[in-house]
Formats: sequence, C-alpha cells, structure tokens
Amino acid sequence: MKDWGRKVGPLTGLVIVFALFSLLRPDSFPTAGNIELMLLQTAVVGTGALGMTIVIVSGGIDLSVGSMVALSTVTIALLLNIGVSPLAAAVGGVAAGAVCGSLIGFLVTRLRLAPFIGTLAMWGALRGAAKGLANEQVIVAPNTWLNNLLNVLTDDQKWMIVPPGVWLMLILACIVGAFLNYTRLGRHIVAVGSNEQTARLCGISVERTKLVVYMLGSGFAALAGVLQFSYLTVGDPTTGTGMELDIIAAVVIGGASLAGGEGRVLGSLVGALIMTVVANGSTKMELPNWVQEIVTGGIIIAAVALDRYRHRRME
Amino acid sequence: MKQLAPYLEMQDIRKSFGATRALDGVDLSVFAGEVLALVGENGAGKSTLMKILSGVLHSDAGGMMLDGKPYTPRNPHDARLAGVAMVYQELSLAAHLSVAENIMLGMEPAHFGVVNRSEARRLALGALAQLGHPDIPPNVPVGRLSVAERQIVEIGRALAIGCSVLVLDEPTSSLAAADIERLFVLVRRLRGQGKAIIYISHFLEEVKEISDRFLVLRDGRSVGEGKSKSTPLKRVVTLMVGREVTDFYPRSRRKSGEVILGVNDLTGLTRPIEASFELHRGEVLGIAGLMGAGRSELLRTIFGLDPIRRGEIKLGVYSGPASPLHRWMQGMGMVSEDRKNEGLAMGLSVADNVTLSRLTGFGPAGTVFPRRQNQSASTWIDKMQIKCQGPRQPVVYLSGGNQQKVAIARLLHHDVDVFLLDEPTKGIDVGSKVEIYRLIDELAKRGKSVLFVSSYLPELLGVCDRVAVMSRGQLHHARPAKSLNESEAMMEATGAL
Repeated sequence: MKDWGRKVGPLTGLVIVFALFSLLRPDSFPTAGNIELMLLQTAVVGTGALGMTIVIVSGGIDLSVGSMVALSTVTIALLLNIGVSPLAAAVGGVAAGAVCGSLIGFLVTRLRLAPFIGTLAMWGALRGAAKGLANEQVIVAPNTWLNNLLNVLTDDQKWMIVPPGVWLMLILACIVGAFLNYTRLGRHIVAVGSNEQTARLCGISVERTKLVVYMLGSGFAALAGVLQFSYLTVGDPTTGTGMELDIIAAVVIGGASLAGGEGRVLGSLVGALIMTVVANGSTKMELPNWVQEIVTGGIIIAAVALDRYRHRRME
Repeated sequence: MKQLAPYLEMQDIRKSFGATRALDGVDLSVFAGEVLALVGENGAGKSTLMKILSGVLHSDAGGMMLDGKPYTPRNPHDARLAGVAMVYQELSLAAHLSVAENIMLGMEPAHFGVVNRSEARRLALGALAQLGHPDIPPNVPVGRLSVAERQIVEIGRALAIGCSVLVLDEPTSSLAAADIERLFVLVRRLRGQGKAIIYISHFLEEVKEISDRFLVLRDGRSVGEGKSKSTPLKRVVTLMVGREVTDFYPRSRRKSGEVILGVNDLTGLTRPIEASFELHRGEVLGIAGLMGAGRSELLRTIFGLDPIRRGEIKLGVYSGPASPLHRWMQGMGMVSEDRKNEGLAMGLSVADNVTLSRLTGFGPAGTVFPRRQNQSASTWIDKMQIKCQGPRQPVVYLSGGNQQKVAIARLLHHDVDVFLLDEPTKGIDVGSKVEIYRLIDELAKRGKSVLFVSSYLPELLGVCDRVAVMSRGQLHHARPAKSLNESEAMMEATGAL
C-alpha cells in the first residue's frame, strides 16, 4: 500500500497539472511541439536531479550544483577553444564535476563538515572558480554537435522522437534507478542514508560510500552543465544561479525525504516535469512570472504535506 | 492511606486500529497512595492503554473516572491539566535547556510572555526538593546530567504541574542498580504523598519490590491481578505468556573446543581499562556488570567500532585490530545494544536489514536482485519465527522482540562463528527472550561461540557456561556460571569484593 502511494503520488500530480492546463489551453498546451519543448526544458534540471536523488537518499544535500553547472559550461567552452574534440570536451566537463565532488566528499568525510555547510562553501567557491576561469565573461565556443543536444528536432530527425539530450536524461534515469535498487553499492547508499550507524555496524565503509555519493552528485550536475552548454552554446559563468533549489525541489516533490533513506529517481524526474509543466502552462495562460513562482511553492508544500500525511497514517 | 473508591478507574476500555484489536476490554483501577504495576509482554496493549489515559488516543468504548468524576481527556494537555503525568521510557527532555527550564517547560510562569525566571527557578527547586534531590543544580543544561538525574528531572516535571496520577513507563531499563534503588526510594516517597502511581516494567523482581498490586495484560485484555508481595513470580509469568513456562533457561549438553577468540590486556580510549579473556568454540561467555562498567565498549573495541589503545586481539588465525568490515569477513558479527539508533535501519525492510552485511550472492557482479534477497530473508523469517507481513515490511512496524530477531538474523545470514551480543534481550517480551535463549543454546551446540553482555544476572547465570564480571573498566576472571551466585556477582560488579 505504502509503496503504491509513493510511486503513484507524484505521477498523479503530474497528470492533474497536465490535464488542468490542457483543459484551460486546449489549442496551445497539449500539442506535440509543446510537449517536446517541455521535455527539453526539463532536461537540465532533470539530469541534475538524478545526482541529487543519490545525494539526498544518502542523507546528504548538495547546494553547489548550480555553480557546478556554470563551471561545467565554462570548462567545456575552454576545452573546445583549445581544439579538443566535442566528446572529449564534454567528458572534461563531467570530469571537472567528479573532481569537485571528491572535494566535497573530502570536506564531508575527512573534515566532518555538515553537507549543508560544506556544499554551501562549494556553492560560493565553484561559482568563483567559474568566473575566474572565464575571466568574468561569457566564453564563445566553436559550433559543434554539442550545441544540438537540446534542439527541437527537424523533420528528418523525427525518428528520434525526442532530442538526444532528453534521451540522455531518460536513459541515465533508468541506470541510476537500477543502480540504487539493484546493486550492492546502491543498497549501501540507501543504508547509509537510512541509518549511518547501522551501516557502519554492518561493515559498510560509510566514508567511501559518501565520497562516491558526492562524486556522482557533482558528476551529474556537470552533465547537466553539458546540456546547459548545449542550450546556451556558450560557456557562461553566471548560468544556473539558483538552479540547485529547483533541483532539490524536484527531488522533494518526487517523494524523497531530506532525512535520507527514501527517494526514487522516477519520482524526481516527475517532480522536475511538474515544475516545467506549471511554468510552461502558466506562460501559455499569460500569467505573470510571480504567479508561477507562488504556484511552484504551493506544489512543494502540497507534495511534502501529502507525503507526511501518508506517513502519519501508516503509524 | 487507602480510600474506599479507586482514585483512577478505567473500565472496559476498547480500541481498534483498522482490523487489529489493540485493546479488547481492559479494567484498571488504582488508589491514591498506591503503586500499581502494569505488566505484560510487548504488544499486550500497555502503551495503547497509557496513551488513552494520557489523551494521546481516544478509546472506542469504555469509560474513565478520575477522583469520582468522569474523565475524558481530549489531548495530552487536557490530561496534564487534570493531573495525569507520564514519564516515558525514552526521556523527553530538551538537552540544551536547563534543569529548571525543562521542569517548567510549557507552563512557565510569565507576564505578557516574559518568563519570570526567579519564580520558575523557585518552582523547579520546589519540585526537586519534593523528590528528595535538592542536589541537582537547576541552571545546568540537562545534556550534562547523567541518565538517572535526567529521569529525576523528568519526574520533577510531572510534579511541577501538580500531578495526582503518575505513570512510569519502564523507568529502570537504562539505570544502574544503585540508581534503581534511589528511584525506588523516590517512588515510595511519592506514594507516601498520596499519588496514584502506575508502574510499567519488564523486570518482575522490581515489580515485586516496588508495587502493591499488579495487573497483567495479555492480547489487549486484563487477565489477572493480585498482591505483588504474595504472588509467586512464576504465576505472574504464566499469566503474561498464557501458558506454563517450564524451561526458562534451556541449556543442552554442550562441549567447548579450542580457543577461537583471545583478548589480552586490551585497553580502549576510555573503556575498557584492562580486559583479558579467552572464548572457546561452542562456548557462551557472559559479561556481567553495571551500566558504565565498559561492557559495550569492550565489544565495540573487539569489533573495531571503537579505537584500541593497547592490547592484543586474536580471532582464529587473525590478530591485531580490524575494522567492522574485516571482522565480518573474519567470521565475527555483533548485535548492538541500541537497536533503534544503531542496530537496525528502521526505515529499511526486514530483507535489507537481514542481508545488509553481506549482499553477495544475490546476482552477478555487484548486483542485488530483490527477489533473491527476499528468498534469503524469508528463510530466516521462518526459522526465527519473525512476525512480520513479509520481507519487504520496514522493521519500524515490528514489535521490539521481532526487531531483535531481525538484528540477530543478520549474524545468522552472514553465517558468523563468533557472536557478540550486547544486551540482546533488552526491552523485549518474555516469550521472545526465551526464544533468544534457545537460539543461543542451539548456536553453542553447533560449535559457534557467543559473547553475551547483559545487565540481567539471572539470564547470564542461566544461559552462559562461564561468566566474567566487569567493573569500572576492569574485566575480572571468568568463572563457571554454576559456581557463581547472583549476590557474589553483584558484589564483584559494585566493587565491594
């Protein structure tokens, strides 16, 4: 019963908001083009949410992902400018993420900083690093296929159904979901989030597990940066400001508990989609920006309150 | 002191949660100036009954009378105002606030929201004096007090509101012997002041000592009551379990083999100070002692959870210190004393908890197939008779006894040779206790070795081959359990010997 509610809850929410806007704007909202657009708009936050789900399930939090996205775009642009191949540039961006993630892991496991504090510091430091690397300017990069990951599909590309960036997000979501549920390391991460002391008692190396968690968290943030670069086509050290909060919101709407031990990847993706649908639908309704923002806040409250209510009823 | 009518009367209380009947007709009455012991196995309905008394839950049927008037608390605040106070097993104090602030919490004397600190202090001191503990400093943060002192503060909080009915829920489960004695003095004092006291405990010897009458709950019904002093313990246990308990401490013919664990001159960071012993194959070695003697720390240093300062540990062919991971791989497992915070991941399923230390063999190359994990867990659920809805049920919904079985099943799943059991029967019902004793006997018979830490001497003497007493960080020589009696061991533990 409980599992059922957890799985279907966020999805029901998505269906409801989608149906609502479809009723209100039947001509412009539920069109194939608009759905494709909404998927495109979700790809960056959704990819970041994959890593954030891992971090939150482990009982941590990562506030540095918005800055990491910016640092990733800058790194990619710089690498492309020195003549590296597009694939290598993207890998370089993700590698930068993994390095930063291992630094966070060091702060959390060796210096014993609370993840909130450690990643708050990195939130500032990584933004600064991005600005420094970019000389506080937008870095223009040569035009490569990296720029086309999140383009609306042309007619002869229709066989792909959705753009490659969206495929990337969906495939990785499946992999991360399977990783958390069906691998030893994944179960260890859940156990650390559920009860760190128990994990230690059972011979799990909590420190090593957390290190992997933050490397994955920042790695996925950097990958979100690859998609963001594709969307911007430039390296921008100021991009992704506040994106960490969108990403955390997506994970929380998806049913994860900030106390750790609970959360599902599919839920987080649905959470990200709900936020896009609300934003997109509100635009179609010609509602001002501030209305969207209030509605998003209301959805976070509703999602978590519903979840708490379900929890209470179980007890 | 006794009056003709009971001060508090609960009549034919019934309560269901969905399809489960938690209470199915309970009658309870307690007079002013009386200590009534409420006993029963876990899940018998004691806590539900007390939640109804304190207004946390509402009964489906039945009524309550307090001081001759109908009593229907709508919420805990109502109950407090009516003079019904609870002191829970898990103490509910704010560690950062001072003693006085904790005692007055929620009813601070104030003018326009500004707390009158000197008045609060005076009231708090009054409550502490009434308890015979004016020695507890009112301005110190509660976090710096000992567990026993915290409990007194908690009782002081109940007194400060002027309670007439006091419920003590397992008050001694985390106290050392001397503190228990002091608590009893306090309880008698409150009884002398005319309070009606309901005392909930698993320790029947205590019940006999402190209470005037006892009431036994079983399966949500009151099944018997009587005078505590004149009723034999065996009779009470029979009422609790609903059947004759013949062999409380099963012990089959066992033979110990060669040494499997040798500990020599072991010193930890603060505890143990000095510990040496040998554990043989097929042997159950008991470690007795008081709270704070360093028994848990001894197990933790051996298992690699706490650092070692000096000394030698030899486990089979392995020597030297090791991490918990290594210990598991070397064939040693541990059950933590703190089931809730360390022993089990409460939010995770039975299957996850049982298999967590060894997630291998459930799929190729680091993968874990839940179906195979469930199969493996199910065999332990059957063998250990763990009552649960299935391997996927989170352990938080299981009773204490069944949770403990899950914690022990982890060691069985891992198939370890040396079992470190830290208070494995703490806070669980009599039936589950006997099952755990039986399991320990079974393990020893199969050649496994068990290190059994407990604060409850009778079970150590009943189950173990040898018992070593620990006192102030020093582990004394292990002696055959047969040659040791309870008072000797207690003398040793308190350092009187």
